[in-house]
Amino acid sequence: MDTVRITVKIKRFDPEADARPYWAEYPVEARPTDRVLDVLNHIKWEVDGSLSYRKSCAHGICGSDAMLIDGVNRLACKLLVRDVGEIIRVEPIRGLQVIKDLIVDMEPFFDSYKAVLPYFINDDPEPARERLQSPEDREIFDATTKCILCAACTTSCPVFWTNERYIGPAAIVNAHRFIFDSRDQGTAQRFAGALGEANGLWRCRTAYNCTEACPRDIPVTRAIQEVKREMLWRSA
Amino acid sequence: MARAPKSLSEARATYTTNAELAWWVFMRISGLMLIFLVFAHLWFNNIAIDAATIDYDYVAQRLAQPGVKIFDTFLLAFAMLHGVNGLRYSVEDYVRKPGRRFWTKVVLYAVAGVVFVLGTMTLWAFSYEEMGAAVRALN
Repeated sequence: MDTVRITVKIKRFDPEADARPYWAEYPVEARPTDRVLDVLNHIKWEVDGSLSYRKSCAHGICGSDAMLIDGVNRLACKLLVRDVGEIIRVEPIRGLQVIKDLIVDMEPFFDSYKAVLPYFINDDPEPARERLQSPEDREIFDATTKCILCAACTTSCPVFWTNERYIGPAAIVNAHRFIFDSRDQGTAQRFAGALGEANGLWRCRTAYNCTEACPRDIPVTRAIQEVKREMLWRSA
Repeated sequence: MARAPKSLSEARATYTTNAELAWWVFMRISGLMLIFLVFAHLWFNNIAIDAATIDYDYVAQRLAQPGVKIFDTFLLAFAMLHGVNGLRYSVEDYVRKPGRRFWTKVVLYAVAGVVFVLGTMTLWAFSYEEMGAAVRALN
């Protein structure tokens, strides 16, 4: 397939060398069916080895390469060059501190994730075989099992941009996965903890950015609203 | 946040309360109520009568009715609480410095309080007999 000439503009920043972030331009040849990640790899491997970004599986499942591409949070490995255009602007995801170039400090994001107790809680004695669940009960939280923790939703949230202590949509989505699991018993614990805090669930202002940003098509805002309603019914 | 608070302001940010839940419910209920109240208000003052014919006497006559007073008090209270709470959300989201946030809220609540008290006084301390008669005497 014929290649096309494109310009990749990358917001670069090395805290040890640069006073502030700057835009670097890389004119490169790319096939329209290349993914943005292929283009970044080409730049790093052939043009400028100092460019830094995270990647791992390159197939949209590990959640490493969430970036702000042309103003929208996307996975670089799921976006084709032909779907962006001749000029591709790549920035680090917002609201988290930049370590270098497109790499941000994900620790606050994972702190919030851990704070909602994103694991199965059930103190009943273990049954001889597995804990059964009907397909209908499994369906209730099916969407929120799909989260890959890429942070595209949380770093697209305007509340998170101004308040990095807000727990964020990703943490609430992962709480949803267990709150609506018929076998889980940890909901009261989760509501009494991080979700009920001043920077917890109720900081959500329903901006819907998270739903648009999710590369896994999770209806994030709806999941947040379902958790809010559950907290309401339980406290009523 | 998962880590333990290190200062008073951090502790304050991590307190747990049902107040925000209650406000969330209030915003939804008051939002629905306001649709009814605002459109009824528009109907009474712009469609049920010709707005050009509204004069002091008409307003005085309307405000002499307890039903109108109660309706307008609800409209005033829901509009102020709903609107001010919405502004509080914005202040808490966008005014980052704790001191500045505190004083912004103090000013917001003070202005809202004055408007609410003035509005309520106008509605309930208004005497149709005295003021209406005075206006009629002028005409």
